[in-house]
Amino acid sequence: MMNRTKIKVNDLNLFYGDFQALIDINLDIMENKVTALIGPSGCGKSTFIRTLNRMNDLIDNVKIKGEILLDGADIYDDKCDLIQLRKSVGMVFQKPNPFPKTVYENVAYGPKIHGVKSKTALDEIVEKSLRGAALWDEVKDRLDKPALGLSGGQQQRLCIARCLAVEPDVLLMDEPTSALDPISTLKIEDLLEELKKKYTIVIVTHNMQQAGRVSDFTSFFLNGEIIETDLTDNIFSKPRDKRTEDYITGRFG
Amino acid sequence: MKKYEKAIEMILFISATIATLSVFLITFFIFKEGLPILLEYGILNFVFGANWAPTNGSYGALPMIIGSVSVTVGALIIGVPMGIACAIFLAEIAPTPLVKLFKPAVELLAGIPSVVYGFFGLSVIVPMIRTYILPIAQKFNSDAFTTGYSILGGAIILAVMILPTIINISENSIRAVPNEYKQGSLALGASQFDTISKVIVPAAKSGIITSVVLGMGRAVGETMAVILITGNMPKIPGSPLDSVATMTGTIAMEMGYASPMHQRALFATGIILFVFIMLLNVTATFTTRKLGRG
Repeated sequence: MMNRTKIKVNDLNLFYGDFQALIDINLDIMENKVTALIGPSGCGKSTFIRTLNRMNDLIDNVKIKGEILLDGADIYDDKCDLIQLRKSVGMVFQKPNPFPKTVYENVAYGPKIHGVKSKTALDEIVEKSLRGAALWDEVKDRLDKPALGLSGGQQQRLCIARCLAVEPDVLLMDEPTSALDPISTLKIEDLLEELKKKYTIVIVTHNMQQAGRVSDFTSFFLNGEIIETDLTDNIFSKPRDKRTEDYITGRFG
Repeated sequence: MKKYEKAIEMILFISATIATLSVFLITFFIFKEGLPILLEYGILNFVFGANWAPTNGSYGALPMIIGSVSVTVGALIIGVPMGIACAIFLAEIAPTPLVKLFKPAVELLAGIPSVVYGFFGLSVIVPMIRTYILPIAQKFNSDAFTTGYSILGGAIILAVMILPTIINISENSIRAVPNEYKQGSLALGASQFDTISKVIVPAAKSGIITSVVLGMGRAVGETMAVILITGNMPKIPGSPLDSVATMTGTIAMEMGYASPMHQRALFATGIILFVFIMLLNVTATFTTRKLGRG
């Protein structure tokens, strides 16, 4: 099966003021695959994933050099439409962050701001998105209840549904299960297997077993650099770099 | 050691008691003085009586109630949108150096004595209404007339006076909205304006409503500035350019020369005012609690 490059990162450097957080990052992210980013705390993996939908723009004093090509177009180009970019590159955060609205309103929020007005169309999107996030059966009778009343795992799947509702191509997940219990984690991991049929997924994780279970490719980050990127099976069975081996065998980090 | 701690405990207890007791004493006193005439004259006659002529023994407080309500509503119409807009600007949009300049200025606004506001209104707003607003009103209605001492003038000054309350409390509640909500919205491709209007402000609504209710309380209770600007005519107004007397203004102005009966009528007006403020405070507490969990 041919792999097509969805996102191509070329010589990306990122500075917070004087501190260089990412150094010469080069990475190809394959379409309809799960790419896991692993590495110790503070290695830049979360910073990196936030460059892919330009969430770093919200932080003062960030300087970025290099290019990130999404389907061949540089997202750091002045012509890039930030709203379109974030619509096509969705993000799920570490801590579930549903809005303090009803379950329905949470999912309908994205389509609404992007101009969907008809109630029937919204109903359809909400159901489809919640089904896509494997949450429909659990919440179909409480769509008008506050989203904050759901359990942590349900909230996180609601956040995934909220992303799916704007029909993205890419899903970025920044440690999506680190605040969840093992059962909820398992549900989300199963969900990833489904989602990658339709979406390109990049996931940051602290948990190496998780990277091993869910991803096709793995990149190992250390001190702002990518040490090694390979098929996940290769990374975990025969890493080329000594540092990768030390990390995955638990010698540090 | 034990004795020493007991003494401190006692001092704290006495302080707390005095503070709480004052509320009850004031309440008791107002009702003791005002309630007899209210019952004797008839509550409905008092509240809905349109004629306030204390020297002739007619005590209809309706003109003053309408006066207070109209000035307050006017102040809210002008002050609330401005205050909330300013709070959003300070909390979400303004760069830090600008916030450092704006915030102390807003706090200063709260510290200006009300008589100064009144004097400013008297010497600036009132003549402005006479010279600029009146000609506009006369284009629509050739009979329109105003001295400038009016509901409009009072509302403008009160609007400025309640701004600090609305701005500070609203800004704090907007700042308290978790950053995750904002990020979640932006990450879905929402514009900054969508994020503010559809996520941040709704999430902060309980604080914003509280700020409005407290601002309203301040506007209803304000006395000095209102005396100087509204003209103090205890008549039911026909337009925002008419003079009115408010409950607070009337009490302050007439108490000095009032006969005993008249004095009691003023206390009865105080009861109405008291009930107003109590209702507002209860509403504030209630909405905060109800909306507290978003």
